[in-house]
Amino acid sequence: MSPRRILADWPLVGTALLLSLYGIATVYSAGQTDVPTVAAHAWRQQIIWLGIALVGAAIASRASVRLIDWFTVPAYVLTVLLLVATLVIGTGAGTAASSKSWIAIGGIRLGQPSELAKVTVVLMLARVLAARRESPRSLLELWKPSVVVLVPWVLIMRQPDLGTGIVFIGIFFAMLFWSGVPLPLLVLLASPAVSLILAFNTSLWGAWFLLLLALVLWYRPFLLEGVVLMLTNVVMGVVAPIVWDKLAPYQRHRLLVFLDPTIDPRAAGWHVIQSQVAIGSGGWFGTGWLEGTQKRLAFLPAQHTDFIFAVVGEELGFLGVIVALSLFAFLLLRAIRVSSRANDAFSSLVAFGLAASWLVHIVVNVGMTLNLMPITGIPLPFFSYGGSFLLASWLSVALLLRISSEGRGTALGDLRG
Amino acid sequence: MSFHPNDIARRGQTATILVGLVYFLLVAAFFRTQILENSRYALQSEENRLREVPLPAPRGVIYDRAGRVIAESVPGYSVSMLSPTADSLQANLHRLADLIHLSDDQITSAVRRYRRAPNRPTAILSDAPFDVVSVLEEHRVDFPGLIIQSAPKRYYPDGSVVAPFVGYVGEITEAELALPAYKNYKAGQQLGKGGLEKEYESRLRGQEGVRFVEVDAHGRVVRNGGARRDLLPVPGPPLYTNIDLDLQRYVANIFGDSLQGGAIALEPSTGAVLALYSAPTWDPNRFVGGIPADYWKELNEDPRHPLYNKVIQGRYPPGSTFKLATAVVALQAGAVTLDEHMPQPCTGGFVFGSRYFRCWNHQGHGDISLARAIEVSCDVYFYQLGLKLGLARLIAGGVSLNFDKKSGIDLPDETTSRFPYAVDYYNRRYGPRGWTNAVALNLAIGQGENDQTVANMARFYTALATDGEEARPVIARGEEHRQRIFQLTDEQMAGLRNALAGVVAAGGTAGSAAIQGLVLAGKTGSAQNAQDPLHDHAWFVGFAPASDPKIVVAVLIEFGEHGTRAARIASKIIEHYLRASPAQYLSTEG
Repeated sequence: MSPRRILADWPLVGTALLLSLYGIATVYSAGQTDVPTVAAHAWRQQIIWLGIALVGAAIASRASVRLIDWFTVPAYVLTVLLLVATLVIGTGAGTAASSKSWIAIGGIRLGQPSELAKVTVVLMLARVLAARRESPRSLLELWKPSVVVLVPWVLIMRQPDLGTGIVFIGIFFAMLFWSGVPLPLLVLLASPAVSLILAFNTSLWGAWFLLLLALVLWYRPFLLEGVVLMLTNVVMGVVAPIVWDKLAPYQRHRLLVFLDPTIDPRAAGWHVIQSQVAIGSGGWFGTGWLEGTQKRLAFLPAQHTDFIFAVVGEELGFLGVIVALSLFAFLLLRAIRVSSRANDAFSSLVAFGLAASWLVHIVVNVGMTLNLMPITGIPLPFFSYGGSFLLASWLSVALLLRISSEGRGTALGDLRG
Repeated sequence: MSFHPNDIARRGQTATILVGLVYFLLVAAFFRTQILENSRYALQSEENRLREVPLPAPRGVIYDRAGRVIAESVPGYSVSMLSPTADSLQANLHRLADLIHLSDDQITSAVRRYRRAPNRPTAILSDAPFDVVSVLEEHRVDFPGLIIQSAPKRYYPDGSVVAPFVGYVGEITEAELALPAYKNYKAGQQLGKGGLEKEYESRLRGQEGVRFVEVDAHGRVVRNGGARRDLLPVPGPPLYTNIDLDLQRYVANIFGDSLQGGAIALEPSTGAVLALYSAPTWDPNRFVGGIPADYWKELNEDPRHPLYNKVIQGRYPPGSTFKLATAVVALQAGAVTLDEHMPQPCTGGFVFGSRYFRCWNHQGHGDISLARAIEVSCDVYFYQLGLKLGLARLIAGGVSLNFDKKSGIDLPDETTSRFPYAVDYYNRRYGPRGWTNAVALNLAIGQGENDQTVANMARFYTALATDGEEARPVIARGEEHRQRIFQLTDEQMAGLRNALAGVVAAGGTAGSAAIQGLVLAGKTGSAQNAQDPLHDHAWFVGFAPASDPKIVVAVLIEFGEHGTRAARIASKIIEHYLRASPAQYLSTEG
């Protein structure tokens, strides 16, 4: 453990702190409804959680990157064990009452291991990827990082928690990109999933398949790899309808409603429509803090968790949205800067993975409130009510701080500001 | 991995561009939703939370000529409910039925109303009694969508006395809603359903106001007002009428419960309707807020047809009251003079073709003039007058006197009187050889294909009471339509009036209806009817004072047998009116 003083990255901490305060103000407002809901007192707990998260971050930032590196494997193993335990003894909560994502002891919910997994998977991936001297050049070389993500991913999808599953995929591709995997290879890696989605339209799928063939011929992977890849794509194109049949009705419904929310204006589509109405009615300056009628009169669902950004949009208007999005953008750019200036591969990958995780959360959550993304129940970092995620976000800040302070003035001296 | 600073810098750049791109896309998406589509979503948000609760406008007060109230709006209570879905409405109404009386019919019709206008409060009780309102107020918390508000309620202080011309108001029905005439109406609103209420609906209605209440996603009323400025209702303007409420009450009183028929009193110079009454009558106050089923059944099963207006809807053969029309047509055509005698004196009957036509007086009237024939109502004289005039001229004359039209009174649902439009009428009806000139005999004495409303007979007599200009009967003040229908010399007019005055003097057919100190002019009549051949309908149409008529009265008593009965009633009406009015009409005539 390094005894030296941490050189705090104040812009990073400041941004995270501003986002947290903005978030608590919004959670407070979300609780102010004409007929009180469960969200009425959420802001108090959220303040307590912020306190815990800040203390946790302060402690975590003391840990050197070397310590974290050493700690990565046990943490990852522990995470996987917790995820297995969740599947056995987990409970549901709130809107996701039928799924198992919580660990509870004696009726007290302790937290969601999947939130922890978002951090430990980043660490483990960074370790595996950093261990290689060269960037992976073929799909076969990607088996190790794939396994690292696949194991927790499968466990989480079994809960089931589609949203967190999407985050993992985002992290995976982002970190492969950062480790230097060529873009064509990433496209090939993603191709089976794309085939799966396009399978519903034969001509679209055909076009995609030809494009893929061209890419394979140009990029020239190993022959066997190429053949297997093309075969996988064919299988996916055929298998897709079967997978569709396997989806739970509510999952299918959510996907359909995503494609066209008006097919079901009262039920699943209702959330999205009301969220859009809330945001759209905000205009330039919004109705004023606490004054949103969509929120106040319970038209807005999950207004303190999944759809909290709609409260921002309704009450603070386009201006409030710009402020929030700008803070997020600054946080992400700052995190990319940290990873660019890290003095070793592991640190750099960790920093980038954490930034990617935030990005996926922000895009999916904010996109969902405008019907640009399907409803998956992904929280918005620093805003959505929920302790585990706030803690995880602040632990990420702590890691970034540590990496930032260790990286300053070292390997990437030419980029130093 | 490759960790060369150049590689990292390049990837960092790519990542930065990606973040910038995402930021730009999201900002653009919010810009579109919040700024470009703001008005649409703002409207939708308003629609989500604001419900318009209609504030019914008080209908215009209807006054009589002296400013006495015929119809007014008094405070009442209406109960309605806001619901997010039809199912929730139904469930709430079933719960409500435990507290107050609500029939299954009321519940189903409320749900139907809801389906038509889900964002409007569904009317449940349009006129709730106070005890029901207090029960509901007690349980208000249990029914978050319940709206109890004061709503003006129509009240007719004189009730059944004014019902025959004032009509009533009621909730608009689904059938009426479908009509283009009512396209501005919404379910649950009140509508004039008969009489003046219907005729002057657009004037009396006023403008509905709106109160905005705020509801949440579950249809609970969260805030009662202030969500948006209320629009206050605009009361309907008052309607001033020509009715003399005092006379109307008097007429109603004469008819009482036993007599069956109708009466109308007009001011001959203007057509102003002073009184219009049809017996038996009904109570319009019981119709307000929904007609009770048993009352509706009672009225419809009554053989005397209370809801059938005997003055403007009933059509009766005019009988001898029509003889004046025959006389006017003949005088105008120059076919006869008032002193002229007919070839055959009255011996109690008249032979035409192979048929014998009776005079009502079997003893016969002897050889008499037209003036005398009017006084004694000699049928034989008028048979010959009809023949002399000829069917074509008789019909054309009747048409020009408007016997084939409505009186034009400002009331809805008036029946058109029946009269042949031309000789061709008989050809069409019976075939060219299916009839003989005998129809002229019948027509001349007011029988045959000739059925008149009481209002239309009164209209004709306004022309007799003046100088040949008829006045259309009007109830609303300010309307006056006069039109010349015949032209006679002053002597002829005076002669006719004298003859009519003779009817109601000793020696006339209605001598018993004479009024002390007043010269009354008029004509009795009896109309045969198919329902009861033994009891004719009794007519009297007349005016007074004979020299300067101030009132025309037409009375019809169903099954009244002889016109004298009607004449006695008419003379009472006239006497009451002229005694109540400035006394100069009386006694000066001696």
